[in-house]
Amino acid sequence: MFDAPATSRKLVEIRDLKMHFPIYKGVFRTRAGAVKAVDGVSFDIYEGETLGLVGESGCGKSTCGRAILRLYDITEGSILMDGVEIGPTPQARLRGMRPKMQMVFQDPQASLNPRMTVQAIIQEPLDEHTTLSAAEKREKVLELMDAVGLNRRFAGRYPHAFSGGQRQRIGIARALALNPRFIVCDEPIAALDVSIQAQVVNLLEDLQRDFGLTYLFISHDLSMVRHIATRVAVMYLGKVVELAGREPLYAEPLHPYTQALLSAVPEADPAMHDDARRIILRGDVPSPANPPQGCNFCTRCPRVMEICRQIDPEYRELRPGRFVACHLYNDDPTTAGATAAPSEATEPQQGE
Amino acid sequence: MPDPGQTVLEVRNLKTVFQTRGGEVHAVNDVSFELRPGELLGVVGESGSGKSVTMMSLLKLLPIPPAEIRSGTVKFDGKDLLRVDADTLRAVRGGKIGFVFQDPMTSLNPVFTVGMQLMEPLRKHMGLSKSAARTRARELLELVGIPDAARRLKDYPHQFSGGMRQRVMIAIALACDPKVLIADEPTTALDVTIQAQIIELMKELQERLGMAVIWITHDLGVIAGIADRVLVMYGGQIVEQAPVRELFANPRHPYTAALLKTVPSVRGARADRLTIIEGQPPILNAAPAACPFRDRCERRIERCARENPAREPVGPGHDAACFVAAAEVESAHV
Repeated sequence: MFDAPATSRKLVEIRDLKMHFPIYKGVFRTRAGAVKAVDGVSFDIYEGETLGLVGESGCGKSTCGRAILRLYDITEGSILMDGVEIGPTPQARLRGMRPKMQMVFQDPQASLNPRMTVQAIIQEPLDEHTTLSAAEKREKVLELMDAVGLNRRFAGRYPHAFSGGQRQRIGIARALALNPRFIVCDEPIAALDVSIQAQVVNLLEDLQRDFGLTYLFISHDLSMVRHIATRVAVMYLGKVVELAGREPLYAEPLHPYTQALLSAVPEADPAMHDDARRIILRGDVPSPANPPQGCNFCTRCPRVMEICRQIDPEYRELRPGRFVACHLYNDDPTTAGATAAPSEATEPQQGE
Repeated sequence: MPDPGQTVLEVRNLKTVFQTRGGEVHAVNDVSFELRPGELLGVVGESGSGKSVTMMSLLKLLPIPPAEIRSGTVKFDGKDLLRVDADTLRAVRGGKIGFVFQDPMTSLNPVFTVGMQLMEPLRKHMGLSKSAARTRARELLELVGIPDAARRLKDYPHQFSGGMRQRVMIAIALACDPKVLIADEPTTALDVTIQAQIIELMKELQERLGMAVIWITHDLGVIAGIADRVLVMYGGQIVEQAPVRELFANPRHPYTAALLKTVPSVRGARADRLTIIEGQPPILNAAPAACPFRDRCERRIERCARENPAREPVGPGHDAACFVAAAEVESAHV
């Protein structure tokens, strides 16, 4: 696997993406503020990779994924999809680009129309975007069903007749129908049982290899992301706090939030729990409508400093391919990172 | 530490069936287990494996009909909970046996303050006066780590965050000094950093108050961190039972072994390919006449389709319902 995909081509480039949802109050519905769901996010997605986007609920990871596909009209920022700027593009003009970028949703129960057959669900994108004949479409649907491991004989059935894992396969087949290059997978396994999750993850990996797909894999499941992702971005309260290759991130997380997040994942091995150094964070995530001054994480950070409460740390490339937004690595602007960071990062931390 | 000789709760041959339009669903099939004083018993299984229905059946918390507890005994405090009158049962629910449910938002009443909901069991079960109940309620909120407890008693559930709500639920469950606390997926709806807080809290409380806990979850990681002993459920049955270390080091039932392999690790070695369990969980439309896992099992033998295996000892304090595992143990002793 490649940890530094600098040689491959950038398929998606996101710069300073902001998605704010207005809050209206009072009789006159005056604008009282905004939920800053995504607040200045920048990263690239390389062709053929899987970028994992992790964070806790409410951190803005799903909004970020939807905003990248322009399912929202974004507040600010630039999205280059295969070299084409789609940030400010009106929805009507985006239609022609939809076949290249698709989405797999979290809840296969809610994202499939219960009154349409599997055939009709998978065929719908073909109806909208292609001029294939009815017979060609039918053949294509059956091919897609083969590709995702659904029995062809079930094409005439309705979603309720399928289990959760099979429904997710229907959703994946629909996303694949138009030969997309980029797929946003928004918590595709969160609603599934443990034994079924692995089936779907393996399927996604096979399809990526066979069809040359690029994924943005949004999940709160850190162990599954470690399995599927090439690189991982960690979000907290609307911002990416750290982005790195999978192995460096899991082996040596730099941002205190990433450290706490990883240490909080219970390992399915009793022996590992004994020597686990848990970092237990205090308190809850602040509201994205009213984020704290300075660093968003300063209210819960076990290593908070004076500067964190005043200045929002810059999101910067510490070493090649290793991005972090934290003052711990900013103390000296000229030599910061490369020299100062490792000793700080390996310093053991004790939970309270 | 758990004392292996005694039990606080003893369940024998519990069978729960649901009547549905599509026929009967045999959700719990002949489940037997015991809970020892002071131990934390983990119950793992996927959705539909019967873990929640089993625990709800103990206190008859299921709507009857469609549910029907067809047979079994639940021994607690010298009585059979399935055969006591309604008043006795009410005294046990929320009194000697506390319950914490998965979703703290739907299990708290949104129109009453947290204080009222905390004081209710104290006044009903313990007969405390209003002011005594209020004092105790404040102590309970402090016990579960809610800051500024006296003021928070006047708040409504929506004014609490998810993690704080779950702390309130735990406080309510602990209100009457229960001997047994049943926690049904208490951290599943929570974020991982909040889950870590609640797990820490539960461990500390269990140690301090010395109660026995049944912790239901589908998360093997959570079980590995908290349980003393584990029951693995599949298709409405307990397929394996062992002390936690023994279970993870030495799973004997093919389902447990496969399940442990499908879970990727955050800190351990990373597999290139995830191991999968082929197929789907069984449909429980009839009383099982065969092993529920046979269709997905890689080690099945012809006998598995004819008989449903009973749990047999396969190691120290360890039993599994599998013909193949039992045969292995026997041949090892010969």
